[in-house]
Amino acid sequence: MSVRMWRTMGAMAVVSGLVITGCGSSDGSSSTTTEGTGTTAGGAACAKDSLNLVTEGTLTIGTDTPAFPPWFVDDDPSNGKGFESAVAYAVADEMGFDAADVTWTVAPFTNVIAPGAKDFDFDINQVSISDERDQAVDFSSGYYDVNQAIVGFTDSAAAGATTIADLQGLKLGAQVGTTSLDFINEVIAPDSEPLVYNDNSAAKAALDAKQVDAIVLDLPTAFYVSAVEIEGTAVIGQFEAPAESPEQFGLVFEEGNPLRDCVNEAIARLTDSGTLADIEQEWLSDVVDAPVIGAG
Amino acid sequence: MRPAGPSRRALAERAQRRRSALIAGVSSVVVFGAAAALVVQAPGWDEVRAAFFSGSDLRASMRDVLPAFTTNVKIFLVAEVLILLLAPALAVARSSRSPLLFPVRVLAAVYVDVLRGIPIILLIFLLGFGVPALRLQGVTNDPLVWGTVALVLSYSAYVSEVVRAGIDSVHESQRAAARSLGLSSAQTMRFVVLPQAVRRVLPPLLNDFIALQKESALVSILGVREIAREAQIYTSRTFNFTSYVAAALIFLAMTIPMTRFTDWLIARQRSRVSTGRLA
Repeated sequence: MSVRMWRTMGAMAVVSGLVITGCGSSDGSSSTTTEGTGTTAGGAACAKDSLNLVTEGTLTIGTDTPAFPPWFVDDDPSNGKGFESAVAYAVADEMGFDAADVTWTVAPFTNVIAPGAKDFDFDINQVSISDERDQAVDFSSGYYDVNQAIVGFTDSAAAGATTIADLQGLKLGAQVGTTSLDFINEVIAPDSEPLVYNDNSAAKAALDAKQVDAIVLDLPTAFYVSAVEIEGTAVIGQFEAPAESPEQFGLVFEEGNPLRDCVNEAIARLTDSGTLADIEQEWLSDVVDAPVIGAG
Repeated sequence: MRPAGPSRRALAERAQRRRSALIAGVSSVVVFGAAAALVVQAPGWDEVRAAFFSGSDLRASMRDVLPAFTTNVKIFLVAEVLILLLAPALAVARSSRSPLLFPVRVLAAVYVDVLRGIPIILLIFLLGFGVPALRLQGVTNDPLVWGTVALVLSYSAYVSEVVRAGIDSVHESQRAAARSLGLSSAQTMRFVVLPQAVRRVLPPLLNDFIALQKESALVSILGVREIAREAQIYTSRTFNFTSYVAAALIFLAMTIPMTRFTDWLIARQRSRVSTGRLA
């Protein structure tokens, strides 16, 4: 009985080994066929009808849910309220789309960064541009220069910190995959490992439960959290990005999507005309006056 | 006159074995070949291979995820010890027959109904963020502690039902015999029923523990830096998903030997039962 079983298994092992090696040698050729799928892009290609879109005639924009202020209002990206919703509709308008031609789709952060096809034309969800991310997806030019900020209870160990050194002894938290987490690791370099959460909601819950002394967020979100969401907290300070390399939010595209060039032209026009600055003034004007935490 | 050498029956059996091996071989080629071809010929295979099965990322992410696995080991070892204490107590409470202990039976039943019915992820959220938010004096708000407590509560409910099934499977004559020998009801449970029950439910018990070991990753939702979270951090930093494969391999390295061990236990038990030597 067992001899027979071993013999059968041996046959299976030999056979599957053959199959695997056979397939291994064939995949070299298949890689060449997947190259060069992109179409050429240029100024003339940015007419509304010739754009590379998920759904023809419609601009499909992704963002995560829930969509938080001040980026979106009432968890409804399609109402045009909130900074990112307003920017999205301004870009759409600049490209010749009516508001009615814009549809929104839910795109969790991990889906946005995953390789492969996207079900949105671009995603707008406070995604900071970085070289590492740029290898997996494509970014538009930046539409907002962002500073990181730290939120903690006003009666906690975090309150009153004015330098990075004041923060190193704290237990910090941030959302996974964010530049906020990178910032904790690379700039603050705290004594204890930061806690890492699936989303800012969990990070906020942990702050509320006092499992962390403070959490790091982008400045506008930090203001919203401290002013509206968690009573007794304040923006302890903001960190100014170096002027030569500001941290910027960009729209996210599927790698190689030629639509990006057209969107970049739209963003450039919005920047030149001052529209982008007006939108920022309207939705994010109250975030400028947080104390700055210095390197010392 | 019978010729020397293997009998006709032996020859027939050998032919049958050959035929079986051949069929198994051909069916394996077809099934595995088709599966492999399907994957490799898929238009996105090269992207997937680079994103999920990159050798350099496997090595790099192992450096992050392997040390984090100690957190999972801590979680499930502590949880398993507590479950092994709690679950039999619950099972015995539910199996008690004294009218005096009726409230205990009710409490045990409610415990099992409620805690087994709540999805573990919700239980972890509720305890991990909810209890510390109560700001009780002297109560820890450590997410690792509360995450482990949630696992213990949920799994002790599951395991207690397994143990109870084991208790119920012990034949009534065993109790009767023990009582007639002068053992008290408690002694009967302790020395006669439980030892047989536990031995019988060992395989499903190990099964639950394998599940528990994997669910230790759920504690990451409280911010705990365990293996799945470290893998996610690596992915979000590099946009490469090989770290998840690395974490999966580490789990497999632990759970597969345990699964085999469970299978071996079941097989041994079955052979004992079938040969009449009842466990």
